Amino acid sequence: MYIIIAGGREIGYYLAKSLIADKHEVLVIEKDIDRYNLFSKELGESIFYGNCCEVPTLKSIGAGRADWLIAVTGLDQENLVICQMAKLLFMVPKTLAVIYDPKNEKLFESLGVDIVVNTTSLISVQIGHKLNMGALIPLLTVQNLVVVEADIDESSPAVNQKVKDLQLPPDTILIAAIRREEAVMLKGDTTILPDDKIVAITLRDKEEDLKKVF
Amino acid sequence: MKAVILGCGRVGSLLASLLSENGWQVAVVDSDPESFAGLSKGFSGVRVNGRITDDDTLRLAGLESADVVVVLTSDDLSNLMAGQVALHRFGRHKVLVRVRDPIKAKAYRELGIQTICPTDLELELVRRELGVQPKR
Repeated sequence: MYIIIAGGREIGYYLAKSLIADKHEVLVIEKDIDRYNLFSKELGESIFYGNCCEVPTLKSIGAGRADWLIAVTGLDQENLVICQMAKLLFMVPKTLAVIYDPKNEKLFESLGVDIVVNTTSLISVQIGHKLNMGALIPLLTVQNLVVVEADIDESSPAVNQKVKDLQLPPDTILIAAIRREEAVMLKGDTTILPDDKIVAITLRDKEEDLKKVF
Repeated sequence: MKAVILGCGRVGSLLASLLSENGWQVAVVDSDPESFAGLSKGFSGVRVNGRITDDDTLRLAGLESADVVVVLTSDDLSNLMAGQVALHRFGRHKVLVRVRDPIKAKAYRELGIQTICPTDLELELVRRELGVQPKR
């Protein structure tokens, strides 16, 4: 596949390296001359010096035959317009935009970007994991549906309780416990133990109630 | 009539002042608070300091009830994004967007966004002055 990465920066550089290792044809467009010089030592022919927000640049690198355009410049509005131009003028079948303002996620999808990657919420989830604050950790969100992880410690009110005895909020299902690195599917008579990581599915507005259970 | 003007540069501040002096209800948005110094003494509208690509800023400026939205910052890409937000998220019908790059101005016009391209306008004026035929 021919994959264009618009906007080099660190993310473009590392993404390019892994895609090249997977035998894809990759071209990174970098507009900062210093970063271009730095990255071209390793990426060689796979990096192009130019401004990816300009249509002639996209044309000169053969955007018309690209399978993917991945926009990873540091600005949401740039990533939006690059993806739209790729679709509109070069019929690129698949576009992906990285965003920093979480409010843009749905907007960009509705404006024709195929995949929107919300880095801010990804980073928040990661930090949540590292801090392990006892709160629910969101694993996956689909509309108002969320898959969350709850880390159980000794002080949790759920410890040593059976699943069927927990006062769960409505529209909530406990799926599994990760116990000593193994998944245990939860049934009504399964007992919650300390150090369990409970994977649950719930609705976004029920998260606060679910938090109280653990 | 109610207008929201995004970008308070030369054109934005003159337009905002003009509409306000003509009895329009006007809100003007700019990320640089000093830009509001360009508004006339007769301007009686609202000044909102914030980024035009930010939803909350636009809501604060009253985009939900605006009859007209004019997007006039010097950044094409922010303008195109804000223009699409005004059209699609806020459902405003009359949205004018300044786009300096003629290629993008044309492409987005085909998408149904009313773009104004100062580059094309300048070129047209000079061309007429020089009596040269337009490009076919």
